[in-house]
Amino acid sequence: MKSINLITWPTIGYLLGGAGLTCLLVAGGLGLGLGLGLGLAALQVYGPRRAAALVGLYAWFFRGVPILVLMFLFHFGLVSWLEELVRACFNYRLRIPALASAVVVLGLCSGAYQSQIFRGAMLSIPAGQFRAARALGLTGTQAILSIILPQALRLSIPAWSNEYSILLKDSAIAYVIGVTEIMARFKAVASTNYQYLLMYSLAGLVYYFLTAVGVRLLLSLYDRVRWPGLAERAD
Amino acid sequence: MTEPVLEVSHISKSCGGRLILDDVSLSLNKGELKVLIGPSGGGKSTLLQCIHFLQTPDAGEIILEGRPASDMGRRHINVFRRQIGMIFQDFNLFDHLTAEHNVAIALRKVKKQSRAQALNRAREELARVGLADKGDLYPAQLSGGQKQRVSIARALAMDPKVMLLDEPTSALDPELIGEVLKVIADLSQSGMTMLMATHQIGFARHLTSEIIFMEAGRITESGPPAELLSTCGLSRAAGFCAKLNQLMGRG
Amino acid sequence: MAADYYQALGLELTRGFWLSLKIIGPSAVGGFLIGLVTGAVRGAGHPRFLARLLDGYVALFRGTALLVQIFIVYYGLPNLAQALNLPPFWKALLSLSPYQASVLVFALCSGAYHSEYIRGAVLSIGRGQFQAARALGFTRFQTFAHIVLPQALRRAWPGCGNEIIYLIKYSSLAFVVSARELTGAAQSVSNTYFRFTETFLVAGLYYLALVTLATWLFQRLEKAWARP
Repeated sequence: MKSINLITWPTIGYLLGGAGLTCLLVAGGLGLGLGLGLGLAALQVYGPRRAAALVGLYAWFFRGVPILVLMFLFHFGLVSWLEELVRACFNYRLRIPALASAVVVLGLCSGAYQSQIFRGAMLSIPAGQFRAARALGLTGTQAILSIILPQALRLSIPAWSNEYSILLKDSAIAYVIGVTEIMARFKAVASTNYQYLLMYSLAGLVYYFLTAVGVRLLLSLYDRVRWPGLAERAD
Repeated sequence: MTEPVLEVSHISKSCGGRLILDDVSLSLNKGELKVLIGPSGGGKSTLLQCIHFLQTPDAGEIILEGRPASDMGRRHINVFRRQIGMIFQDFNLFDHLTAEHNVAIALRKVKKQSRAQALNRAREELARVGLADKGDLYPAQLSGGQKQRVSIARALAMDPKVMLLDEPTSALDPELIGEVLKVIADLSQSGMTMLMATHQIGFARHLTSEIIFMEAGRITESGPPAELLSTCGLSRAAGFCAKLNQLMGRG
Repeated sequence: MAADYYQALGLELTRGFWLSLKIIGPSAVGGFLIGLVTGAVRGAGHPRFLARLLDGYVALFRGTALLVQIFIVYYGLPNLAQALNLPPFWKALLSLSPYQASVLVFALCSGAYHSEYIRGAVLSIGRGQFQAARALGFTRFQTFAHIVLPQALRRAWPGCGNEIIYLIKYSSLAFVVSARELTGAAQSVSNTYFRFTETFLVAGLYYLALVTLATWLFQRLEKAWARP
């Protein structure tokens, strides 16, 4: 095989840049999903019944529609409308980059899943602790922020590391709307050197590596913040 | 007669169409320990939770040092609450915090004390319940009796005017009950005003000024222990206590 | 123009939906069967060599993006045949159609996830029952087939049902190797008429309906199979 010369240093730099963008997608999506998930879970567990129903509707939609469809719908549909609207109203050519659309879609989806994770964690904390906190004079918000959340967050880390590995792999879908992350760049290189098998296997290797490193990091974080009595990690 | 610290007047509460508290009134003077007894489901827990507004009573008034709770309004209910300490049957310690921090957290969040100040106070209170050396342990590392003592220290740190104890020993193994009862007895002797639901009648009769018997949401009997327990077999309360004493093997 | 659009939308999306179902059906069944065998072997840890090998397969498919897997099978395998200079029969065999490639990859990937649930359930059954059955004279295989697996399946089912729901959504990825299933159809309609929002919203509703139906069905099954 003459593949030795096919990958040059500039190419390697280009491919690694894709990994950087993937990390950005994952960090953005997970971060947005974390905020959304926590808020939605708190609403579902502690909020009024009607809010809980709305959260259920949200989760139903974002867990039922494929990310690929959402990416198209969002980036080519809604975002284009928004851009048109801004141009019509303010005479300003707004350009929302594909990266931003992708982060929002990944975040909205992840938020639906993360809300389920946090909801479970919040429900698993004995209700008595919330009552005890209120009995000591903490307000409801204080009790959630300083008693429930610190426990729910730590409790959720193992499930959250799973969400990380899912989101990382889903982020590859962003290439279809033109985000030049790992998938897009390996595809681009493969279509110039025709070494599809090699290039896509390498892409797979990069995903495998990122998954392993991320999960390892999260689980060691879990070990560090685990309090005595909290279950040791399963694996 | 001095003005009572806590006055409960004509409290009623129903839940799902069932009347759980039916026009209950009682009062506590400073330094008094009163004991609530009665069968499970008789409304003792609900009464304590209503006094603390963990459940909202449907009717009636709770008066603390002459100030009715209704004057304070919903917004200031936390101010009302923090003057009353509550001890739960199953401790309800915060699992992710050490014993020290369990005691300190409300000082920091509610009383806005500095971390160092709160921890100092926490250590004092832990020493008071005999746990000076356990401050760094997590709830999972403590025995049931130790957990309950931490929860008492946690309530004491807030300088409550009254303590409500909801069957503080009924989740404990028999050999651990003694240490908790001793702490409660010490507290009572140091002048803390307390209202306690319990089945430990043998213990209670020596410390309490009044035994209140509750059944089906109502106070059916009340009076000084000697009076209530000696009229043997006549009243429902005496029968209940005798049965309890038999079960507990204490007299 | 508008009438044209709605006609195309209805026609194309429904045609795409059928292709989607044709992709999902075999991959779901195939994936579940692969997962069942793989999970059982891995759970039993026997034969040991095979169990190790299957561990590797599962780690590989769970650790990489599904998109990468499709690209490897669709574009990479013909590449391999070329590089190894295989005879024409093998070249033809390794050049899969978009439909074949999608079903193969979805089944393999889904099987890897199914096997995790099955394996976990098998491990949770415990040695006691296994030993009791052996003591009754069951062979190792009989014990596994008659005692362990039926219980394991019941425990694994909620996870497996969930996996099939994921599969329904991920079947949309067949679009990237140009299968004209639901997403592919939506893409071509929206490109022709330049109406992205409505088209993909309708496509999304198709998926949502399918996922909701499947969820409901799986919950019914779970209840029907439940044992105290």
